[in-house]
Amino acid sequence: MEKLIPIEMNINNQHYKLEVSPSKRLLDVLREDLDLTATKECCGIGECGACTVLVNGKAVNSCLMLAVEADGATILTAEGLASNGRLDALQEAFLEKGAVQCGFCIPGQLMAAKYLLTQNPHPTREEVEEGMAGNLCRCGGYERIIEAVLSVAEKGEEQL
Amino acid sequence: MNLQTVGTSPHRGGGFERVTGQQKYVADIKLPGMLESKLVTIDCAHAKILSIDTAEAKKVPGVRLVMTAADLPQPVPRFGPQVADRPVLADGEVKFHGEPVALVVAETLHAAEQAARLVHVQYEELPAAFTVSMALDPAAPLVMDPSLRPNDPLAKTNIFNEHHFGWGEIDESKADLVVENTYSFPMVTQFAIEPHAFIAAPDKDGIAVWSTIQHPYWLQKILAGLLKLPLSKVRVYAPDPGGGFGGKQHTKYEPALVFAAMKLGCPVRLVLTLEETFQAVRRTSCETHIRTGFTRDGRLVFQDIKAHYLLGAYVDIADRVVAKGSYAGAGPYNVPAVRILSKSILSHTPPATAFRGFGNPEVNWAVESNMDEAARLLGIDRLEIRLRNLAKKGDTFIPYDKPADGDWSQTVLKAAELIEWHKPLSPSRHRGIAVGIKLGPTTGLSYSLVRLLADGSVIVSCGTSDMGQGARTVVAQIAAEELGVPYDKVSVVMGDTATVPYDQQTSASRSTVLMGNSVLKACRAIHAQLKTRLAKVYKIDESEISVEHGRVALPDREYPIPELIKVALGKLGGEIIGVGEERKDAEQGHPLGGPACFYEFNCTAVEAEVDKSTGDVTITRYVTVSDVGTSINPLQVRMQDEGAAVQGLGHTLMEHYIFDEKGRIRNLGAADYRILTTMDLPKEFYSETVENADGPGPYGAKGMSEGALLCVSSAVASAVGDAIGTTIRDLPLTPERVWMALQAQK
Repeated sequence: MEKLIPIEMNINNQHYKLEVSPSKRLLDVLREDLDLTATKECCGIGECGACTVLVNGKAVNSCLMLAVEADGATILTAEGLASNGRLDALQEAFLEKGAVQCGFCIPGQLMAAKYLLTQNPHPTREEVEEGMAGNLCRCGGYERIIEAVLSVAEKGEEQL
Repeated sequence: MNLQTVGTSPHRGGGFERVTGQQKYVADIKLPGMLESKLVTIDCAHAKILSIDTAEAKKVPGVRLVMTAADLPQPVPRFGPQVADRPVLADGEVKFHGEPVALVVAETLHAAEQAARLVHVQYEELPAAFTVSMALDPAAPLVMDPSLRPNDPLAKTNIFNEHHFGWGEIDESKADLVVENTYSFPMVTQFAIEPHAFIAAPDKDGIAVWSTIQHPYWLQKILAGLLKLPLSKVRVYAPDPGGGFGGKQHTKYEPALVFAAMKLGCPVRLVLTLEETFQAVRRTSCETHIRTGFTRDGRLVFQDIKAHYLLGAYVDIADRVVAKGSYAGAGPYNVPAVRILSKSILSHTPPATAFRGFGNPEVNWAVESNMDEAARLLGIDRLEIRLRNLAKKGDTFIPYDKPADGDWSQTVLKAAELIEWHKPLSPSRHRGIAVGIKLGPTTGLSYSLVRLLADGSVIVSCGTSDMGQGARTVVAQIAAEELGVPYDKVSVVMGDTATVPYDQQTSASRSTVLMGNSVLKACRAIHAQLKTRLAKVYKIDESEISVEHGRVALPDREYPIPELIKVALGKLGGEIIGVGEERKDAEQGHPLGGPACFYEFNCTAVEAEVDKSTGDVTITRYVTVSDVGTSINPLQVRMQDEGAAVQGLGHTLMEHYIFDEKGRIRNLGAADYRILTTMDLPKEFYSETVENADGPGPYGAKGMSEGALLCVSSAVASAVGDAIGTTIRDLPLTPERVWMALQAQK
């Protein structure tokens, strides 16, 4: 039997103590071990962004990170965006602006947008295009996503 | 009509679940005791399987089953929507790169993957035919076993079928100009962000299957046939797919999973990798040879089209794609003489299937590019030549089919206005314009169930799949409108063949019209019952009451329906149930089985710059205008058209499969097969509609969402051709190809 490694993570403000296989990706631990299935898998090679989560505040493709590397980390997934039943401003804007179609890429898009706005609360359209370039969408034309992110940026930092 | 909910854009049905991550797609579903599985493939496009050694794989801890064709009932069961040509697992021969030869089932995915690598397949590689010319070579290896199509004169060729359409007599002497060219359309894939996923589980005396399927009832029928089970014992759950685009219409690996689950007596799941989806579904590629005759003043005299569509190793629905895609090949124009010959050509490539546009973009690319060439040669404006030939509303532009159902010149003129067609441009910028048309469904059958509950809330059950196009929202809006209830009090149930009534399929942009009408009828059945019950309560004649459009009119005053539900239901309460049925029957003798339910008409206009040192194309302005009849939900209409446009820019500018010399695909996956990102978008984007409420759907709606993809390539190539002074006839217009065209001129 493969040796399991003990790790601890704070995910969406909950503390987890786990034993994981050293070959497991963070994505697998979230989805399979913890049933946190908001984070999606599409390409599996870090090109599509569907599995984006925040690890210590940084946007990470969770398909490219081993779970053991996340030992001690604070992680935010799309499940943790809303607090006390209140949607995050980005979630509201995605609904309002029509950014959501099939929805499969949306958790990753939201996390990438979250990271973008924490780094740059008032991005220009070009900066949003650049910041969201790692997240593929096949239903929409990206226009609605860009508009949603810009609308939150206009509202200012306190909304984040 | 004073509309309340229809024509507005409430939040998407299921939107909250999607932004919070609660939406469960097939890959998110876990069943107790569920096993994982992995397909076994060989790195070969065509091979004879000599032996499969599973001994080592079976020794991997946790492995429960290694299933090959030998473990299936014999002869190996075959299936397919058009012809039962596809074996559940490769049967003695691999016919395309990625065709599974075995399925490994294990307690963990890790074990299944590990064991899959230890399945040793001995094979003899055979020559593969993976292009049109290779497949048509008289010496080409036969893709389909001739015994699968007895009495077919084409059985000893790779041509699966030939379709002949047309009218009038082509007389070249009447044409002042004949433009003759060959155009190629690349092999591209649907690339839904959600890879296909399947679960099969024994379910009492039957089977339950979860699939990312667009057509759950068709899958149910196929599985019932394979397993010789009654339909009632095959339950298909179809959670909202994460994008479909046609690639999830038909049965893929569900049969293999079902056989594995029945052998093991427990649930088995298969989630494809993105690479595996590229090997499971794609669009028909196409080579179109076209001769178009024009008069001196740019009027069409004839269209003579030969379209060679390349199917994969199994037919799937692609022969229908060829027929329906080429049938309206002459475009939305009045053409006196048309001859269309389209061929469905089998090859050793992944099975082609439906993909947004359903065979139309392939031929549109040739027809519209030829229009441009004629305009240049005749010195006629490219917008003008289209307006001169466009069918007017009511014109029978395809004999024995539905006459033109929209004021299409209005759409074209709106696009021209938005692109500022007649305004001079800076020398570095160039414009292009094109039109596209596609037939809506030719047959259809959609049932729905609408339940008006005692508290004025509503449940709609309908078998449409909401794969992102927004059907869930649209049917809820229609029910809210007709029953006079707020949109957010309507729940929509889909995706379970055991509880939701039959719907033929979710394709051809049909759902707003066919399912929409079905829901409308179900609501009207509720109106009728309300009338009867209220007449009894108030002891008046039914003729004194009218119930329509959310309101009840009694002799003294009018009420919104919800205010009278309790009165109508009486002491016992309960609910009022309406059943809707919308049927478009097949018509004997029609070449497609029936005329179009509606047309999707679109005009796309672009403004672009070409970097002559690199061949890079930048779209500086993009305009797409669709005739949608009525927008039930204007925001969703816009979202769909923007998405269609950007998807079309994919096969126009960058997407294509790359094969090596043996027919293996070399660019599987998201790193090497590029689709547009936020960095590749047009600098300005306009998505507009023309709405004259002249469609057959609720409130005058037509189907939409494929239209905006039809002529993207032609419009972009028109601008690029204008920029570089030469015409490119092969897609995609990669920087390399544009640069080469520029060099060839020097």
